[in-house]
Amino acid sequence: MATSVLGQAGTAAATAHHEQTGLWSWLTTVDHKRIGVMYGASAFLFFLIGGLEALLIRWQLAKPDNNFLSPEAYNQLFTMHGTTMIFLGVMPMSAMFFNYMIPLHIGARDVAFPRLNAFSLWVFLLGGIFLNASFLLGAAPDGGWFGYANLSSKQYSPGLNMDFWAMGLQILGIASLAAGVNFFVTILNMRAPGMKLMRMPMFVWASFITQLLILLSFPVITVALIFLMFDRLFGTNFFTPATGGDPMLWQHLFWIFGHPEVYILILPSFGIISEIMPVFSRKPLFGYSAMVFATAFIAFLGFGVWSHHMFSTGMGPFADTFFSLATMLIAIPTGVKIFNWLGTAWGGSIQMKTPMYFALGFLAMFTMGGISGVMHSAAPADLQQTDSYFVVAHFHYVLFGGAIFALTAGAYYWWPKMFGHMLDEGIGKLHFWLMFIAFNLTFFPMHIVGLHGMPRRVYTYPAGLGFEVWNQIETVGALLLGLSQLVFMWNWWVSARKATPAPADPWGGATLEWAIPSPPQVFNFGEVPTVASREPLWDWRRAAGGKLPEPPRVSGAGIHLPPNSFWPLLAAFGVTFIFISFMLMARFGPWPMIASASLLFLSIFNWAFEPTH
Amino acid sequence: MAHADAHAIHPEPVTGIDNRKLAIWTFIGSECLFFASLIGTYLVYRGRDTKGPFPHAEWTDPATGKLFEPIFEIPLVTFGTAVLLFSSFFVVLALSGAQEGNRRKLLTWLGLTITCGLFFVGMQVYEFTHFVHKGLTLQQNLFGTTFYTLTGFHGTHVTLGVIWLGALMVEAVRGKLTAERALNLEIAALYWHFVDVVWIVIFPVVYLMK
Repeated sequence: MATSVLGQAGTAAATAHHEQTGLWSWLTTVDHKRIGVMYGASAFLFFLIGGLEALLIRWQLAKPDNNFLSPEAYNQLFTMHGTTMIFLGVMPMSAMFFNYMIPLHIGARDVAFPRLNAFSLWVFLLGGIFLNASFLLGAAPDGGWFGYANLSSKQYSPGLNMDFWAMGLQILGIASLAAGVNFFVTILNMRAPGMKLMRMPMFVWASFITQLLILLSFPVITVALIFLMFDRLFGTNFFTPATGGDPMLWQHLFWIFGHPEVYILILPSFGIISEIMPVFSRKPLFGYSAMVFATAFIAFLGFGVWSHHMFSTGMGPFADTFFSLATMLIAIPTGVKIFNWLGTAWGGSIQMKTPMYFALGFLAMFTMGGISGVMHSAAPADLQQTDSYFVVAHFHYVLFGGAIFALTAGAYYWWPKMFGHMLDEGIGKLHFWLMFIAFNLTFFPMHIVGLHGMPRRVYTYPAGLGFEVWNQIETVGALLLGLSQLVFMWNWWVSARKATPAPADPWGGATLEWAIPSPPQVFNFGEVPTVASREPLWDWRRAAGGKLPEPPRVSGAGIHLPPNSFWPLLAAFGVTFIFISFMLMARFGPWPMIASASLLFLSIFNWAFEPTH
Repeated sequence: MAHADAHAIHPEPVTGIDNRKLAIWTFIGSECLFFASLIGTYLVYRGRDTKGPFPHAEWTDPATGKLFEPIFEIPLVTFGTAVLLFSSFFVVLALSGAQEGNRRKLLTWLGLTITCGLFFVGMQVYEFTHFVHKGLTLQQNLFGTTFYTLTGFHGTHVTLGVIWLGALMVEAVRGKLTAERALNLEIAALYWHFVDVVWIVIFPVVYLMK
């Protein structure tokens, strides 16, 4: 300890860390907590936009032969709904928790590369704005979130629509990859003393494996999108059958990315649930090691099942069998997780608080989605279900019933930590019940109409096929689901006005974030903690023989924090403009590209040579 | 003593590997999948062309009767490959110079590395121009499409590497690439080796395999 004291004495003159204020401080921030909040706020906004798109779709489908939406508008809306929810909703909401929670969970003061972290945020935000700006030109992407070749070729999609899609996804991919490198290094290198890998909170494990999936799958879609872009802009032959090109190549590359992407969407949610279940059951997570290995096994298998999205393309019995079996195997580690969560709650002293409501809702809904998933892992069954509303029901049960329920649970769980006040429990429970009932009203009937043969991605359906009633129920459900999100926001408003101050540890948590004041100070930990088990706070509480005293807010003088920087924001503009320049090339030549590349290089050079001490 | 570094901006990395070095390894791992996809596509489309010109065989356009020579000329690209491989060796010597604080050694070998990189990029520019004159454009056939995309993205990586090493050269000339900061060069060198290794795969797969 002596060195520490000397170290502090040397910088005793340093000023205490005060919370920075003003717009500029947010634009130049490198604080993982602020970046997390901005991720969350933008993701929720995009989530609402994606939700409005869904409501328009539901309004159109409320009655047969409806002409509320044109087929063209419908194509744009379902494409943007899928693309938005996946890349601008669920992924960045998970990124909010990565950003805010990983450093707190592992006892670090920030991520490994704070400026790269800001860069990821800004690239994501600009990419999302760019993608949605296509609506202003009336040219939103309209080829599905999977962008199948050669429907996406210049010949069949002559407008700017699919250019926006390809460029937008490239931009978003860069944000994910930069964040992937950052969190991978952060988790490996920045853990507090004693925080061995097998002592990390499950959320950190799940995030770590998610980053691995991002790092290994995003380069593949990058290449696929480059091919698409070249075909559309430069007339290459990647996906043109006339010159020997094969549209199947797109499907393979897309799903080699696309299936791991499914786990990129759900694994962080598994992590959140694995944090909430033990705390509200007052028991350690059941089968921690099994959970870690199950997560790793899911990720590993996730790279060997991509062709189950392609059973109807006629790959032959050998491929169909292989991918069927590999897909069925995934049910095993997933089942391990479900039973371990149940085992965690079993015999526990269950605290029925709002986060626990959403966590239990997740368990039930995700299991249902998982079971319909096993149903179409069998190729012959899938041939009956593919392209029908049954599939739409399946992936909404895992992505909404799964991911969104878990992310909402996480929001209720960590809200007091992030904003320093409690969310209202009454409104929270109302939110849960409304969302739970509305969710099932919206998506359960889709199983039925799907099995009756209602095709997805089609803008209307004829009367007299028995689809009407179910579709009306679905539309009512969707409206209520929208209302439940308003209840959520009403809760923010009410709770912020009431401002019941949150103690450091409102739930009796087990992990390090509950050891520091709510909200955390800019440097997170006045003193870097030393960890001796998986539940450090429970150890400390046991040692103290009861509740821990409220941690004081300290001055933090002498703690070195990286200074703010606006180069990440500028570099993010450079990246975004480079991709926009591809679309401008036909009209303006190489000049926009040269200007944007110069901006990027200028920012990177200044970034590299910026003093950080 | 556990808290000796509690106030440092970057506490000792848990793995013992510097954050930036671990990051470049992670990035390289990710890049493997990028090049694997490009090379995989090249292999899948190999020999599927309905029209030439072809990499190793002559082709007569049935419409015009015009004869197209085989595209590849192995000697030049073999020499370019050798130059690129030697540059990997040179950058190791440059790094050793930086670590020893031997400025002369650092400047010599770093300069040679950059020269080799520039030569390789120059060779590729010449090759692309020459191939276009021989009738192989990006749009001509699948071979043109996949060949230019794969080698073009590799060439872009080499170019970025040259710019990166060039920036370090400026630092070295100004005497700022000291022994304590040799890690800056080590990270760039890791990237440089990776780009070379990718070429070791591309060269036989694209140019030599018939």
